[in-house]
Amino acid sequence: MANFDQELDATGLNCPLPILRAKKTLSSMGSGQVLHVIATDPGSVKDFDAFAKQTGNTLLESKEEGGKFHFLIKKS
Amino acid sequence: MDQKKLAIIATKGSLDWAYPPFILASTAAALGYEVQVFFTFYGLQLLKKKLALEVTPLGNPGMPMPLGMDKWFPVLGLALPGMQALITAMMKQKMKSKGVASIEELRSMCLEADVKLIACQMTVDLFDMPTSEFIEGIEYAGATTFFEFAGDSDICLYI
Repeated sequence: MANFDQELDATGLNCPLPILRAKKTLSSMGSGQVLHVIATDPGSVKDFDAFAKQTGNTLLESKEEGGKFHFLIKKS
Repeated sequence: MDQKKLAIIATKGSLDWAYPPFILASTAAALGYEVQVFFTFYGLQLLKKKLALEVTPLGNPGMPMPLGMDKWFPVLGLALPGMQALITAMMKQKMKSKGVASIEELRSMCLEADVKLIACQMTVDLFDMPTSEFIEGIEYAGATTFFEFAGDSDICLYI
């Protein structure tokens, strides 16, 4: 996993909490910084993609590892 | 990028129907939408400080019942006193175990994200609901106010 500035553990949370928590964490971060989100909600794979498209933040990476979903989001 | 607008009318006062308006409003706010939710009739229950929302299987054949309860309790059994409270408690337990947010949590996220929550003044008067029972930070207005925002919204939902 590439470098990141902050990590958000959203495991065990269901829609829409991972997105809401990610949005909240991102708003406290600076432009260009990278947030690493860990989630277990399978719906979050499509949701983080859609979130990035609609908010202009960049989804650098999205992958599954050992039943957990990892996302790297770069703040615009 | 122009800010998109979401307008919602929330008309239901049960636990299950409390989710759609708050989930959609909070998510839209997270996506940068300007959001207003207009609460009318039973939807006003969702604005109470002390939420006493319940869910009922009565007259709701679509509700999945745990442990084959629908077979043990045919329709009349579901009308027994205490059954609604029991089902509500089970539903809340299930939601908690699945990491689903509580209504209180989603509602405070909406307020935090500046979602405008508007109580229908006419219904408040109709049901003689004391405004002291409602949470802080909401507005009271009528249908005209709703149209002012809904009229140029991008998405408008009746829930």
